[in-house]
Parts: sequence; C-alpha cells; structure tokens
Amino acid sequence: MKMTGQEMEQKSEVAAKIIRNRPERLLHIASGLIRRSQAITLLLILIALGAFLSIHTRTFLTPTNIFNILRAFSWIAISAFGQSMVIIGGGIDLSCGSIMAFSGIITAMFLAHELGVIISVVAGLGLGVFLGYVNGMLISKAKLPPFIATLGMMSIARGFSYGLTGGWPIRSLPKDFLFLGQKDVPILLWKIPLPVILMVALAIISFIFLNNTRYGYHIYAVGGNEFSASLAGINIHRIKVMMYILSGFLTAIGGILMTSRLGVAAPTAALGYELDIIAAAVIGGISLRGGEGNLWGALIGAAIMQVLRNGLVLTGFPAYWQPSAIGVVIIVAVMLDQLKKR
Amino acid sequence: MNTVPSKGNETIPDSGARHILEMKGICKYFGGVHALEDVDFELYPNEVLALVGDNGAGKSTLIKIIAGVYTPDRGEIYIDGKKVEIHSPLYARALGIETVYQELALVETRNVADNFFLGREPTKDRFGVWVDKRKITEMTVSTLKKLAITIPSLKTAVRYLSGGQRQALAVGRAIPWGGRIIIMDEPTAALGVEESVKVLDLVGQLKKQGASVIIISHNLVHVFDVADRIFVLRGGKRVGWRLKPETNGDEIVKLITGAELL
Repeated sequence: MKMTGQEMEQKSEVAAKIIRNRPERLLHIASGLIRRSQAITLLLILIALGAFLSIHTRTFLTPTNIFNILRAFSWIAISAFGQSMVIIGGGIDLSCGSIMAFSGIITAMFLAHELGVIISVVAGLGLGVFLGYVNGMLISKAKLPPFIATLGMMSIARGFSYGLTGGWPIRSLPKDFLFLGQKDVPILLWKIPLPVILMVALAIISFIFLNNTRYGYHIYAVGGNEFSASLAGINIHRIKVMMYILSGFLTAIGGILMTSRLGVAAPTAALGYELDIIAAAVIGGISLRGGEGNLWGALIGAAIMQVLRNGLVLTGFPAYWQPSAIGVVIIVAVMLDQLKKR
Repeated sequence: MNTVPSKGNETIPDSGARHILEMKGICKYFGGVHALEDVDFELYPNEVLALVGDNGAGKSTLIKIIAGVYTPDRGEIYIDGKKVEIHSPLYARALGIETVYQELALVETRNVADNFFLGREPTKDRFGVWVDKRKITEMTVSTLKKLAITIPSLKTAVRYLSGGQRQALAVGRAIPWGGRIIIMDEPTAALGVEESVKVLDLVGQLKKQGASVIIISHNLVHVFDVADRIFVLRGGKRVGWRLKPETNGDEIVKLITGAELL
C-alpha cells in the first residue's frame, strides 16, 4: 500500500516526536522514582553501611548489638517523628531535648512520691503536651518565629529540670517503671526491647496520621504554603498548635523511655539531643523549607546516625571524632537531596 | 465631582431582593491607605460582571472582602437580601462563593490532586478524619477531563507545572462545587491565547449553569468577550458601571483612567 506524501510526513513526524521525547520521558520517570523513593535510597545507604560493618567487624551483626543500636536511637527516633511533623509543617522545635529531660524528671518525681507508674507516666506525657501547647501558642498567636519560641522553651524547660531537682539526679526508680525501657519482649526468634516495639508502632501511627488524615494533609499544606493554605480555608493556627503538641507528646514518650532505660532522671539528660533529632529528620530528607518529606526518612535517618556511631566504635575509631563524622553525614545527605531536586 | 453617575434603574430594576450579592458603603484601610472608600457594589443572578480598574484601584481588595479573606472596616454585605458577615474563606464557600485568586493559592510542594481538594479533602468517615484518596483522584480526573485541562500527572507536584498549567488548575478547582458566585481574579494573566479561550469558554459555561461570575481582568478584549456588565473602580472608589452593548473600549478606558476629565 502506498502512502500519500502527506500521510508519510505525518507518520515520520509522529515518530520523530516519540524519539525526541523518549530520553526526556525516561529522565522524567527516573527522577520521579528517585524523588518518590527517597526513603528507599536512604534504606539502601543504611544497608550498605550495615553490610560493610558486618564484613569488617565480628560483633556488628549479632542480635545483641543490633538491638542495642535500635534501643539506643529509639527515643531519638520517637521524638524525631514529632520533629518531622513540625518541620513538614514549616516550623522547628529546638526544645525537644529539654522537654525529654523535663518530662523524665516530672515522671521520676511523681514516682518518688509513690503516685504509681500510670499516674506518673501520664504526668510526664501531660507535661510534654502542655509545653508543646505553649510552643504552639507562642508561634501561632504571639507570632514568634518558631526558632525563637522553641529556643526560649529549650532554656526554660532545662532550667526547670535543674531547679526542681537542685541539680541532683533522681535515682532508685521502682522496678515496674524500669520495665518500660528495659523489658525485652520475645517475638519469634528474638527478644526485642520494648522501646523498639514502641518506636515501630509509633512510626506506623505517625505515618498514617500524616498521610491518611485531613490533619496530616493540612500539616503538609501549611508547611508548603501557609498563605495558600489559609486562603483554602485551613485553620493554620489550629494546625500549628496541634503539631507542636504532637512534638511535645512524642518527645515526652521518648524522655520517659530514656529515663526508664537509664534508671535515673538526670537534669543533664538529653543535653544537645535536639540537634540529633533535627539531624535525623534532615538526613531523612525532610526539607527545612517545609511541606515536604516522609516520616520513614526520619526513622532511617536516626538509624543511620546510630549505626555510624556504633560502627565507629566497633572499628576502633577514637570516640572524640564521632561528631565530625555525623556532621559530614548531615552535609552529604542534604547535598544529595539538593542535587536530586535540580 | 470626578465620579460618573452610574446608569441603572432603566435597564435592570434595582430592587434589593433581586441582587444575589449587594455591598453598601464598603471601606477598607491598610494602615493609612484607603484601599476602598465607600464602595457600593451589586451583583445580579446569572450575570458575568467584569471588574476593571487600574493597578491599585481596589479590585483585588474588593473581591477578597467577598471571599472572606479581608473583613471590611465599614459597610454591609447582603446575600439574597440577607445581611451576612463573611469572616473567613471557609464561610464564604459555605455561602456558595468560590474564588480563583490572582496568587492562585496553590501549595507548590503538593501534587495536582491534593491541590484540587486543598482544605476540603473528602473523607470516608463521619468525623471527617480519614481522607478518601480514591475519591480525590477520581474527581480530579473527571473534572480536569470535563474542562479539557491537560496536566501530565496528578502525582506531579505543582512546583513542576508551567505557569499556564498552574492557572488552569487554580481555575478548574473552583468549578465543581456548585458555587453560585464565582470570583476570578486575573484568570487569564499567565495563559497563552489558546488557554485563555478555554478559560473564557468556562466562564460562559458557568453562566449557562446558572452561576454569577465576577471576573477581574486587565485585558479589555477578554472583558468584552465574556462580560454582561462592566464595573469600574478608580483609586478605591466606585466610578460606575456600563452594560456591554451600551459601551465601548474607549469609554471604559476613559472611566478607568479618568482621562475624559482632563
């Protein structure tokens, strides 16, 4: 069959279009995949790190060591879930380290007065919620920049921790409280520490909250473009207060678990943890500009930091150099993130 | 005085009940600046009203008062002859007022479908907690198809869309809610010729469905294309209005600039 000249022209034009568009399309699909599977990229990095350590050390890939690592970052990760919500919502919470210590101390003080584990834990959690609420009100109603409001709260909560204890740690906590942080639950072949189970459960709950509820949708919207969100009828004040409350609440859970694990509530506990917690979120690809990121990233970010710390110890790297290594990881992770977004 | 008396009573009877929207003596100040001064405004059912004026004439301020973004410092608003206070964008929507903002009001980090339902995500449960993602996708696809808006993928973040696609999305998402009053602030500003025609067609469709449309545009060709009536503001004050068949571009330009008075 013969084609007319016009038909041929049309066909070749279509073909040219397909060829012209193919690399572009492939690039588009590839970049989309990388963007969407940021958590997967991070997971691969974590696995590579783990594989390297398993080969080069005899002790890394033992259940004891793995669960030690998991437990050691569980409270950082739990607080980082709250921090992630705040950062996704366009804010930042510098007060989390201090709230961790303060909520642990309040719980310990209640325990010392023999008020029972449940009431004491509720008191610690309530304190986290209250301080988060104050943060949220300072930011949404008093219009303070999040950095300033939570910086102030960081100092206030730390001051209370010192003041209420006179600087002395609270020891001799009851056994049925210590169980929270020290209990290992046998599941299948392993004895999994309770904080680790809680961490995984809270990760799942927080993820579902952010990705499947209207509140989560609105947190992303407020962080992405506050003005547009308000024009769309979203109550941005309520969303902001809510996310700081959640950060305070999750941080208090972390603080109580930490206190229970260590068996002592010290006013100096969790000093500087806010930076680890923010770093976990940032390594996990949660953009400080707000509106973007995935909660699993924060979990993996926290894991990468702890595995790195553990690995540096196991390979005999002098401990004093650890912060530098972590710093390099933070910078490299954010650089990769920036490169991907081009 | 440098205001032109408005024509009115002969062509459209000026009884309050016939107005779908009426504003009386609206004033709005920003600091010391009078954005709007004693402006009366009325909108009839099922009409396309073009709101025109120079930069700073107060057009955007006026529609933001109707949309519930600003509350007026003085003046009254009536809808269907009933006095209302539109204190929030949410309440404006409840009254059946949909707005396409000049700023588009999209969240650049969110995808097309999520922006389509921004602030009113459909939910699966009575308490409005669990977002119905399937419904979001389905309704976005069907609306975009109906409006012949082509956007590469619903999962694309708005940041990666072109200016025209963003504007089409901003216009498209105001449509399917059955609003009685639809406000469009510069809906064709970022669009090419073909896309502009689509948006102007859309205005015609909305009118056919029985809605009233307020459209702000600097493009008088577009204004004369779609509007039934042209309302002019200058320096925060009402200049007056003209029915389209009874006026022409020259007269409107004169009203906008006040040139005839020189």
